Amino acid sequence: MEDVIVCGKKGILHFIRFPTAEMSNFLDLAKKKGMAKLVTTVCATGGGAFKFEDAFRQEVNMRLEKYDEFDSLIRGMLFVEANNPQEVYYWADPTDEEKCHKVTYDFSQPYPFIVVNIGSGVSILAVYGPNNYKRISGTSLGGGTFLGLCCLLTRCSTFEEAIELAAGGDNKKVDKLIRDIYGGSYERFGLTGELVAASFGQMISKEKRDSVSKEDLARATLVTITNNIGSIARMSALNEKISKVVFVGNFLRVNEISMKLLAYAMDYWSGGTLKALFLEHEVDSSLYVLVLFGLTLTLDPFYAALAVILKI
Amino acid sequence: MDSKGTPVSITLPESVQVFRNLKTAKRFAIDIGGSLTKIAYYSTIPYRRVSYDKDSAEDAQNDTFTYTLSEGARLHFVKFETKYIADCLNFIAAHLVNSHEEMTGKSIKATGGGAYKYTNLIHEKLGLSVDKEDEMLCLIKGCNFLLKNISDEAFMYHRNGNPEYEFQTAHTNIFPYLLVNIGSGVSIMKVESEEKYERIGGTATGGGTFWGLGCLLTNAKGFDELLELAEKGDHRHVDLLVRDIYGGDYKSLGLPGDLIASSFGKICHKKDKNENLTEEDVARSLLFAISNDIGQIASLYAMIHNLKKVYFGGYFLRNHPLSMHTISYSINYWSRGGVQSLFLRHEGYLGAIGAFLKGAEEWDGDKYSWLENYAGSSGLKTGSLLLESNVPVHQLELDRWEPALTYCPLLKDPANYVPDTVDLNADQEAREYWLKCFEEKIDTFVTRAKSSQPHNDTANERAMLFKEKYIKRLQHLKIQPFAYGNLTVRSLLDTIEHYLREFDFPDPFLLQRQQENDYTLTMLKNRLNELDQMEVNVRHKELIVSFLAGNIFDWGAKEIAKILDTQTFGFEQAKEKIPSRPWLIDNLDKWIARMKDPPYKKVAIFVDNSGADIVLGVLPFVRELLRQKIKIILCANSAPALNDVTYTELTILLKKVSGICSIIEKAVNDETLIVIENAQSGPCLDLSRLGKELAEELRTTDLIVLEGMGRAVHTNLDAEFTCDSLKIAVIKNPWLAKRLGGDMFAVICKFEQVTN
Repeated sequence: MEDVIVCGKKGILHFIRFPTAEMSNFLDLAKKKGMAKLVTTVCATGGGAFKFEDAFRQEVNMRLEKYDEFDSLIRGMLFVEANNPQEVYYWADPTDEEKCHKVTYDFSQPYPFIVVNIGSGVSILAVYGPNNYKRISGTSLGGGTFLGLCCLLTRCSTFEEAIELAAGGDNKKVDKLIRDIYGGSYERFGLTGELVAASFGQMISKEKRDSVSKEDLARATLVTITNNIGSIARMSALNEKISKVVFVGNFLRVNEISMKLLAYAMDYWSGGTLKALFLEHEVDSSLYVLVLFGLTLTLDPFYAALAVILKI
Repeated sequence: MDSKGTPVSITLPESVQVFRNLKTAKRFAIDIGGSLTKIAYYSTIPYRRVSYDKDSAEDAQNDTFTYTLSEGARLHFVKFETKYIADCLNFIAAHLVNSHEEMTGKSIKATGGGAYKYTNLIHEKLGLSVDKEDEMLCLIKGCNFLLKNISDEAFMYHRNGNPEYEFQTAHTNIFPYLLVNIGSGVSIMKVESEEKYERIGGTATGGGTFWGLGCLLTNAKGFDELLELAEKGDHRHVDLLVRDIYGGDYKSLGLPGDLIASSFGKICHKKDKNENLTEEDVARSLLFAISNDIGQIASLYAMIHNLKKVYFGGYFLRNHPLSMHTISYSINYWSRGGVQSLFLRHEGYLGAIGAFLKGAEEWDGDKYSWLENYAGSSGLKTGSLLLESNVPVHQLELDRWEPALTYCPLLKDPANYVPDTVDLNADQEAREYWLKCFEEKIDTFVTRAKSSQPHNDTANERAMLFKEKYIKRLQHLKIQPFAYGNLTVRSLLDTIEHYLREFDFPDPFLLQRQQENDYTLTMLKNRLNELDQMEVNVRHKELIVSFLAGNIFDWGAKEIAKILDTQTFGFEQAKEKIPSRPWLIDNLDKWIARMKDPPYKKVAIFVDNSGADIVLGVLPFVRELLRQKIKIILCANSAPALNDVTYTELTILLKKVSGICSIIEKAVNDETLIVIENAQSGPCLDLSRLGKELAEELRTTDLIVLEGMGRAVHTNLDAEFTCDSLKIAVIKNPWLAKRLGGDMFAVICKFEQVTN
């Protein structure tokens, strides 16, 4: 982001992301470049802020100033939204490949809203005001589950690979649909034949297992995880009687399939009463607020991201 | 039948223990699931009942008894893997008396996903046309039926808890509830009444997901193998825990360190994909992921719809402890304890029961009640029976009880009424004692059973089979005390009765009872004279002591049976056994004081043994109350158990007593003294299962009297009533007496008054 003013400093805000697994390489690099000479304290958030605290002190003599992950996340979102009125959007016509497009959403009156943060796991927060939020739910079936299962099922090794596989697959070859059980729709309960009745339900047959492709399996995994998150988010929102649901987190990066699925599922199952919202810069939004304090770092189990302002 | 009523020959019970009674099978229903199939049918069972001949009883000198054949109805449910469906249909076809031609044109109610697929097979094997019924409707019908009829059907599961299985009593007020059916996918239904229900949601992450992904990720051959793998694995090699991310608990959000943050989240962190990772670990992680997810979604629906109870059905759980534990934990966690997760002992049969009831709607409702037959039903986690040595099956058999049963209207808190005083599931010491006690006692039943049919050449063999089967059951209950719901002294006694009937010993104690009644009747006149000589206060005390002394004559108690068998032990000797006061529970003074107040209007007495107990203990007490113009209802067992006086016997007995005592004669004639059957067929008393006629009479009763160990100690000792109650018993078991803080022959005389 250019021309961002933070603490009276104007400059270009840089974000650098790398896999958390590469942390030791990063630390080596930081040591070589003498990063510790620039700053002595780094603001950090994410689970890794706790885990890598010692490594930072020993390797590069930097102190990690830990900030609560969710505080950072929410303040970051609001910071971004204040700096960029185009930040929040929704998907119009999510089911229609041709017509589907992003539409900017006016988020100037945000409260109350739900944040669904999809990292390796999922946290669902209800936000009532600037400093007033609570974690209302979550699920362990998140991005980590998608990637973990895809690794096991398709032997892929990165998130990008898994998403690419999913883009070329068809979950209908893997899942059991309503029509596979009832021959058509289950009309008594208004369930159309095309709905998934049981994720991976066809895989109990050896024959079907043998004929299915990596791509189909990756797609089914993605659809299963996404729909499940959608369900839990929707019901959590209903329980809290909040209609705006903002989805954020690493899982949605390069992942339009999931965003569109979420948009569709939220709209369909709530009869249009709930709105699924997304952020243009959704990735690592928690970093933004920490920018206020200089060099910042977010350490989630997947990716570490670094924000630095370089003065012009 | 010969003059003593013993049939000359009785056929042995079927050696085949599976698909029993197909000879009289009528009306089939079938629920074909992707993995399990359940077949339901109804059969008629000829029960031999021994009874006095009512007509000849008018002539008191010449009473006889005969065996009469009556027809009972039984519901059978047999569960097996769908892959054996052809074997099972063949077996049925081969054993049906109705020929293929006769079946043609008749129909079978069918439900489940496979109903469509196997239509032709069913028609070909049995000649029946297939009538498909809606799956969800069948599930709900089946669930309602089980919850209303079967004791201890639903339970909460506490892994490593004591008790591990916390059973719920059957109740008529079961609505509203949430039914979560976990089949391939999950359907969530809100049930508000028999008629009103709706599918409020569901999730595609269900049993099919576990099974399908499990097949892809492991080499397990089937669903059960997957569960076995899961039982052995360690999910921490696969899942990313809160601890793995934060180094410990995430305190500010209250997330404990061992909470799963990301299912399968560790996989992508592993450099070498196979490092430390077994298929057991993967299966366990998968089971946790799916069970947690279902629990969370179910609790969200329950909270949105403000429902407190969630029942689970479908093929996924199979009463598998790890899955039940995970779902319970998840529901409790997400609802913050606000929603109860309840599992069903017979969850696998819901659809089949519902489908059967759809075909027999006249059976659905208030006309009948059903009782689980302990002799013919598989328990929780019991091994399967084998059909033709290669097809494993489980079964459930229910006996019909007509008319329908209902709660005792005098119970203070019917919703939370539990008949049994001690839950042997939770109380290990008591469990070990009673299981051993029953094992030691069984020979007396065997002897008695044999001698009740002296002219029958199969009696010996049947008696031995009875013993063998009962001992086997006791051994099973030692390992799985929860197999048939709450293990209690009552259930152990009921099981004996079920087995005795099963092996065609309908009433081993009949002669015994009759002789005791006749003998003690000769003593009644003198005894009444003695009592009449006494000053009123002395008499009131003496009546209670007699009541207690009479209760010593109990063939159900092991120690007493020894005394009664070997010595000349009379009523006077029994009175001497009554310890000096104060008794273990001693409200005698309060009772005598109450007798001076204006009399009760109507008193119901639940009586115990034949002989001295009823004749010299209860009837003089009754006579005293009749003098005060109190209406008396004597409540006696409907079916025989031990030497407990039965309804028919008591009716006849009162006619005989009428010849001895004019007060009783008058009361019988003007119906101020009546006998009503109590719908029980064992020596204990379940006040949640009384006949409607008795329940109606009890409504206007202002004193309830419970007599004996079975009715006032093993059950109902702690029961509270909306009217005054008197519980009278002598404890004839040294172990139990000691446990309650007394000695052998300790006395319970518990009189409780309700304050207005």
